[in-house]
Amino acid sequence: MSKPIAEPEPRSGEPAERSAPDAYEAASEALISRSEEETRYGLSQYQLMWRKFIRSRTAIVGGCAVILFYLIAAFANFLAPYGGDQRFIEYLYAPPHPLHWDAQTGLYIYALETTFDPETLKAVYKPNPSKKVPIRFFVHDSPYKLFGLIESDLHLFGTADKSVGVFLLGSDRQGRDMLSRILIGSQMSLTIGLVGVFLSLTIGSVMGVTSGYFGGRVDEIMQRMVEVIRSFPSIPLWMALSAALPQHWPPERVYFAITVILSLIGWTWLARQLRGKVLAIREEEFVLAAQLAGASDAWVIFRHLIPAVFGHIIVIATLAMPGMILAETTLSFLNLGLRPPLISWGVLLQEAQNLESMRHYPWLLTPALAIAGAVLSFNFFGDGLRDAADPYSR
Amino acid sequence: MITFIIRRLLGMIPTLLLVSVLSFIIIELPPGDFMTSLAANVGTSGSSMDAATVENLQRQYGLDKPAHIRYLTWIAGFVRGDFGYSLDWKRPVSELIMGRLGLTLLLSILSLIIMWAVAIPIGIYSATHQYSLGDTIFTFLGFLGLSVPEFVLGLFYLFIGIFVFGVSVTGLFSAEMEKAPWSLAKVLDLANHLLWPALILGTAGMAQLIRIMRGSLLEILGQQYITTARAKGLKEKVVVNKYAVRVAINPLISVMGMQLPSLINGATVLGIVLTLPTTGPLFVRALLSQDMYLAGTFLLFLSLMLMLGNLLSDIALAWADPRIRYE
Repeated sequence: MSKPIAEPEPRSGEPAERSAPDAYEAASEALISRSEEETRYGLSQYQLMWRKFIRSRTAIVGGCAVILFYLIAAFANFLAPYGGDQRFIEYLYAPPHPLHWDAQTGLYIYALETTFDPETLKAVYKPNPSKKVPIRFFVHDSPYKLFGLIESDLHLFGTADKSVGVFLLGSDRQGRDMLSRILIGSQMSLTIGLVGVFLSLTIGSVMGVTSGYFGGRVDEIMQRMVEVIRSFPSIPLWMALSAALPQHWPPERVYFAITVILSLIGWTWLARQLRGKVLAIREEEFVLAAQLAGASDAWVIFRHLIPAVFGHIIVIATLAMPGMILAETTLSFLNLGLRPPLISWGVLLQEAQNLESMRHYPWLLTPALAIAGAVLSFNFFGDGLRDAADPYSR
Repeated sequence: MITFIIRRLLGMIPTLLLVSVLSFIIIELPPGDFMTSLAANVGTSGSSMDAATVENLQRQYGLDKPAHIRYLTWIAGFVRGDFGYSLDWKRPVSELIMGRLGLTLLLSILSLIIMWAVAIPIGIYSATHQYSLGDTIFTFLGFLGLSVPEFVLGLFYLFIGIFVFGVSVTGLFSAEMEKAPWSLAKVLDLANHLLWPALILGTAGMAQLIRIMRGSLLEILGQQYITTARAKGLKEKVVVNKYAVRVAINPLISVMGMQLPSLINGATVLGIVLTLPTTGPLFVRALLSQDMYLAGTFLLFLSLMLMLGNLLSDIALAWADPRIRYE
């Protein structure tokens, strides 16, 4: 780590009165800007990246949104008013509740009155303005384990009257709260991208770095492998592979298998990108110097190459995230990915597949907004990172 | 140029063979075969198929032979245009897939055209009006287009069709046109049913192209030959359209190869959502019923389409940019 060089303070006052003020100003400005330049030279690569990153407003917003999404996923069980599988059998397909406020009761909703359409025998819900149900904060409801460890039954909000459910985004076919399911579904949808990217990154880095560093035969074989895999269009290949998963597998195993399937194709892209970077860096003097000094291949790779491309690995990983999230949701939506009882955004959208339910219960489409939001923030974030990863260009 | 194309075509053959082996293996992965899954399905519906019938059928359709023999029989048929027999549909695979692959191709090409027709003018506008309100709006819309998966756009399209216009937008024709004889009205109806899916399919690619066009044009507008062109008094319109855009378009051609996979992916998924007779719906059904020759042939042909598309985009790039040398 190098210290930034202190900027020389322009001593104001004394020369300005004697000589021409304009010339002095120009000279001191030149001094300051040169010292800024020198400061830049003194910064480490990551400090430079950081400087460049925080200059982009969209990247900052995207980065904060990504963090927010993962915080929501981590505390989803607490933020959701109900458990993911908690059913309210009196409220099947209940429409979203609008929130109301008055000084007396605070936040409240109107309880729903159920009548049956005499022709279709479908339940019709009407808010009953005479029956206010107040919203309470920090209520005890269905138990859950925070981070899979800490047992709790505290929820951010809920109704004072337990028999009346609050469905801010409506309820589904089985009377389950959509908001709770979207929040809890974020855990699956967002982690599957993370795990999938991590797996493909591991395979991709090993393949890409070896292929780029050693070249020759190794490189040829790996390039051929990448080429063959990339000759398949990814979604049909993913579909074929997930269709091969046995129907009787437990949900955890399906989850893991899907991440493996996603990374089986995902690594090729990462490997290609890294290979290109390594090919360029391999020719740099510091690699030659290390080799001449008698360093082993492993030493050169782990001490010199990997640190040099690490920034790019991070960028590539971030840019790969949206694709993973979209792939999982698409597969689950087509009934080929995650399956109930697992809850993910794609699984939730399965319910919106048929026209009838879309016409009558449009709130079943709300998970789509969550998907778009998450992918959008990853795109903004990754874009800013990509610009920042090359800090020497201005 | 001719030798370049021939060499590329010859180079595709080993890859294609490997792809065909992999396709076959992947389709073979699920335990059991079409007959056992048929027996299981029949079993759930009440009646049953006894083991002898299953075995008989397996023998009849050659499912009892070892995998490598079945692979060789399947792949040898390709030369004769025989891609195997669909057990689910009781028809040769070749009859089933051609129309579907054709529609997938048509949809992809249509959306490629829309993509380019929309992205280039917007890209030019964004680059020549950098940081203006319009540029910001287009950039944001572009990011949004990249972030919404095709199937969600497809769902919204259905939703709007039903709610706003009160019509069902699925399929290739409207209900009253389905059985009607071919006429101008029917062709228009078909175009109407294809145009919107093509637009949806092209959304993500369009967003990508706008970004690339904008970046590439900005870079080129900063170059010295542009300054020279301006200095000798050419009109700004000529400078941009004749001098800059002509060169800025090259990166667009080179990403065409990368965009093809997403178009084929999208056409598959969108076909399922909008029940269009593309490869999508039939492919899923074939996968789930383990109709292996049908599914395998689909996978192989989609890959072939991808490879040929890549070759075409390479040729187009070599043609458009004489600086590229092909050895």
